[in-house]
Amino acid sequence: MNQALAEKDHYLSIFERCDQRGAGPAWVQPLRQDAISRFAVLGFPTTKDEEWKYTNVSPILQFPFRPAPPETEGSAAIAAVERATAIGLPLHRLVFVNGHYAPRLSSVQGLRGRVRASSLRDAFAEAPDSLKAHLARYADHKTHAFVALNTAFMEEGAYLYVPKGAIVEEPVLFLFLSIGSAAAAVSYPRNLIVAGQGSQVTVVEAYLGSPGAVYLTNGVTEIAAGEDAVVDHYKLVEESDAAFHVATQQARLERSANFVSHLILLGGALVRNDVNAVLEGEGIECTLNGLFMATDRQHVDSHTRIDHVRPHGCSRELYKGILSGGARGVFNGKIYVHKSAPKTDAKQTNKNLLLSEEALVDTKPQLEIYNNDVKCTHGSTIGQLDQDALFYLRARGIGLAEARNLLTYAFASEIIRGIKVASIRDQLDRMVRTRLENQFRAKERGS
Amino acid sequence: MLEIKNLHASAAKKSILRGINLSVRVGEVHAVMGPNGSGKSTLAHVLSGRETYQVTAGEVIYEGKNLLEMSPEERAREGIFLAFQYPVEIPGVSTTYFLKAAVNAVRKHRGLEELDAMDFLALVKEKMKWVEMEQELLNRSINDGFSGGEKKRNEVFQMAVLDPKLAILDETDSGLDIDALKIVAQGVNALRSEERAMIVITHYQRLLNYIVPDFVHVLYDGRIVKSGGKELAEELEARGYDWVKEGVEAAPQANA
Repeated sequence: MNQALAEKDHYLSIFERCDQRGAGPAWVQPLRQDAISRFAVLGFPTTKDEEWKYTNVSPILQFPFRPAPPETEGSAAIAAVERATAIGLPLHRLVFVNGHYAPRLSSVQGLRGRVRASSLRDAFAEAPDSLKAHLARYADHKTHAFVALNTAFMEEGAYLYVPKGAIVEEPVLFLFLSIGSAAAAVSYPRNLIVAGQGSQVTVVEAYLGSPGAVYLTNGVTEIAAGEDAVVDHYKLVEESDAAFHVATQQARLERSANFVSHLILLGGALVRNDVNAVLEGEGIECTLNGLFMATDRQHVDSHTRIDHVRPHGCSRELYKGILSGGARGVFNGKIYVHKSAPKTDAKQTNKNLLLSEEALVDTKPQLEIYNNDVKCTHGSTIGQLDQDALFYLRARGIGLAEARNLLTYAFASEIIRGIKVASIRDQLDRMVRTRLENQFRAKERGS
Repeated sequence: MLEIKNLHASAAKKSILRGINLSVRVGEVHAVMGPNGSGKSTLAHVLSGRETYQVTAGEVIYEGKNLLEMSPEERAREGIFLAFQYPVEIPGVSTTYFLKAAVNAVRKHRGLEELDAMDFLALVKEKMKWVEMEQELLNRSINDGFSGGEKKRNEVFQMAVLDPKLAILDETDSGLDIDALKIVAQGVNALRSEERAMIVITHYQRLLNYIVPDFVHVLYDGRIVKSGGKELAEELEARGYDWVKEGVEAAPQANA
């Protein structure tokens, strides 16, 4: 039996033997059952699948991952949270350790009105109507094997409900810490953000791991933005250098909604992230920005898909990749303009910077347009540091390593500058700078 | 302070400098003039260490050291400054951050303490006045969206801040209107000193009305074919480069 099949059976048998899946209202169980059935049919993707052409998941299949035991308030967890305060802990936060909710590290009391933030498990217990209306309605567990697995095992994650007209001024943080455990652990964060009509909210999802820890994060975030809602979403991935992260964010947007997504991928041995947005109503504005940085043997794959379904939608997409060492990056961005979406205005750009001879990036921008009355452009570039700029800096006395560092930062900063919330911008800016400094220091040590 | 001997250099296997000899002493201002393609910019770039040019023969001694063995950043730290003909736009790097890094790299090399934010700002504010630069430019990315005049002023401003021993101005006058030219010249003149040498490269004599050189050299076809005092520039203005070209072509061995 080959490894992929053996691993598939490993997950199927865990599902069979898992009896605490009773968690949640009655309608959840058939969803899980449906998802595991789909997974049984799909199996793990291979590089023969078009969507996985450049990403081989076999490194993930070498480990018999199991959910970690809940030890959310131990000293290791607290230490990890303290380290994570480097990214700043906002007033409103839901914290998870090794996939388990850590109520004492979380803080949601400050949320006013009928705004609700809780763990998914608590949401299951309360079973509000919005949960049933939205959970597992958007992310595609029929064709995406990892979404299917996440849906089959969904128990825990962050749930955020912002009712009609509510404005949440402070960002809400979903913090997922992986601090390692005896056995290779898997977690299935399942997040749901529901923003009602005319509401406004900023959400930061951060995935951080302890160095060296081997684990798999298989996450799904569903975002439902109602009419006129403004949702500003940030996702930061800085998993351990030995960890795997496979996740999908699926946004469903209604008329005149404004959705901004920023994706910052910095760490993980293998990271695959999908950001999908479906513009279901007229006059929606959708911005997808992303920055991925990979070095050494890291593999980072960023997929996006924007579906323009109704007229007058505007989408802007800018993804930038920085690859060094023997790292490999993938960008695959699809814009799909349906026949029912005239006056669509879509622009997609992917720019990549290769800092070493061995670094590699595969970029695949795709436009599929079924309406003639649209304005769509896309483009992608792959380049090295600008030699003229490098010389300019050196001619002022700045050393070669620092000059390269500065220019690389400058390349990244286009994404950082696009971040509206100053506190988030500053934190991410610091993280990107630190990351670059470490990278160059490591390089100087190596040479 | 600078001794250029029989300097030959090429780019992409094309020979451009073909035996330059030039001696610059501290406190002097040398103008290097010449028609397009004569090698003026190549000379400037070779002196500041641009790796796209290969030195194929000759030597350059700067303050007793072999300049050609130094990296561009070492040369800058040793006090050489190149004001670029085409200053590079670098979006995403703030002018302040860049200049502070540059100033401190130079200071560190000279064994001076690095400037803190306060001292740096004081220094910068003082020097901005020399070239009538708006402080707002400091917050912008390096040369990003600057007009031609702003870019050239920024070069002279950086020169003032970095306080070099040898300043090389590569066509700092090109493309400037008369007002901008005056401001740039005023900045350069303020920097003239007994402790500093300058090489002013220009295509036009116009600049030399404002920056009066001690010596003028005419570069043609990769060699200095004529040297003289400031009156040589006026003669060139009156008679054009053809006058020099004819002289060289009539007696090609004279300067070999």
